Amino acid sequence: MKHARILFENAVHDAVEDGGRLRLADGRQVEADAVSWLPPLKPVPRPRTILALGLNYADHAKELEFKAPEEPLVFVKGESTLTGHRQLTYRPSEVQFMHYECELVIVVGKTAKKVRRDDAYDFIGGYTVANDYAIRDYLENWYRPNLRVKNRDTCTPIGPWLVDAKDVADPMALALSTTVNGKLTQSGNTKDMIFDAPFLIEYFSAFMTLQPGDLILTGTPDGVVDCRPGDVIVTEIAQIGALVNTIAAA
Amino acid sequence: MSSLPPKGARFALGRPGGETDPHVRHFVSSLPPEGARFALGRPGGETMSYLPTGTVYGVLLNFRAEVEALALQMNQPPYKAPPKAPVLYVKTANTWSPHGSTITVPAQVDAVEVGATVAMVIGVDNDVEGFVLMNDLSIPHASFFRPPVKFKCVDGFLGIGAAMRDAQEVADPAQFRLEVRINGELKQSIDFSQTVRSAEQLLADVGEFMTLAHGEVLMLGCDAGRPLARPGDRIEISAPGFETLVNTLVKEQA
Repeated sequence: MKHARILFENAVHDAVEDGGRLRLADGRQVEADAVSWLPPLKPVPRPRTILALGLNYADHAKELEFKAPEEPLVFVKGESTLTGHRQLTYRPSEVQFMHYECELVIVVGKTAKKVRRDDAYDFIGGYTVANDYAIRDYLENWYRPNLRVKNRDTCTPIGPWLVDAKDVADPMALALSTTVNGKLTQSGNTKDMIFDAPFLIEYFSAFMTLQPGDLILTGTPDGVVDCRPGDVIVTEIAQIGALVNTIAAA
Repeated sequence: MSSLPPKGARFALGRPGGETDPHVRHFVSSLPPEGARFALGRPGGETMSYLPTGTVYGVLLNFRAEVEALALQMNQPPYKAPPKAPVLYVKTANTWSPHGSTITVPAQVDAVEVGATVAMVIGVDNDVEGFVLMNDLSIPHASFFRPPVKFKCVDGFLGIGAAMRDAQEVADPAQFRLEVRINGELKQSIDFSQTVRSAEQLLADVGEFMTLAHGEVLMLGCDAGRPLARPGDRIEISAPGFETLVNTLVKEQA
């Protein structure tokens, strides 16, 4: 099943996909463009942990002439950087290079501590899509990628759907693509991840207990381009969803 | 901070049966039941230990002595230049350890670095609601090039003061003075007039690129000379006007 979280008639609703429309918990059916989309994530008692990977695709690392990393390059985001499907992301006027990153997101399904790789899928609740924007002008070599690049308000659209893990037969063989104003600019496949989903669950849960609703953004393949105000960016992953975002001038 | 409006008082509750310190307000944790198991009983009262409700951010290189210690490396690879914006990191919720609790040191780690600091708690209008003592533990690491997740986001690695002190009780965060004791022995004294950015400047410079929401937390930084502590050690972080933050380290059972 595909789950969404939406704002409709001044109230937040959980909804599911039903024949191209949204079905609310009370049974009402609404059109996808009649609602405001929120991140497809249920509230959690403590701030969710949002882990994100850098350089996790072989083609991307090769392009950058990096030796494939021996352990994940990971950074952490706060919840306030998240925004929903069909929302705006702001680009500061002075910057030269702001690019999307289409990423498969693992949504943790149950408390995971010292999980072995072979059991990892039992701890994944579902998947969604993130567009992990970066503004390269602000990159500095201290805790790189630094939060000024990766934790900006509105700069991590996520959604539209949270897809139940049981509905995704092989999350490690999904086509990813990004279009800018309808033109294909990025394409890849999750099979090219250097550190795959089971590895990441094992790696993180070895030292940090993951809770239901925690997120792992698994990195992006090569093919990122500058995005300007007015550009419409669609980051899409087969079986998971197509996340639409528009750049606005800050 | 004289420019801070009086906020936070509405969250403050009297401490039942309390031997009241007029400068420290206690309040019942607003965490749902899942969080309640982390709350410890406190001597003489049923109030719970404070735990944040939002994301907790730390800051590297906000003490002059930290900057001086790295001065010769700053223009060399991999850093190539001193930092321009505040260098932040996140202490994820799995790290939170309430005052009085034990903190488990992973089996393969001999010693941890104690980062004693004061953190600002953000109020409803993006102002500062209050201040909390924090014991920001790290597995010692020499490079600050990549984000320190595996060194800083270990389960339990953030001791958190028992109570938030109202911002209106604090004239100027630069006057904070902290002492770190390990097994009763004074190991570090920290003077918050020695920060690179004042509390106000840090908030302004962070606010330039991200919004800190109500309940989120931003630490003021951990000075150089951070002491090491080992399993069995009792760490105490004290400051005038704050209840002393105590955490004891235990070794992970292999």
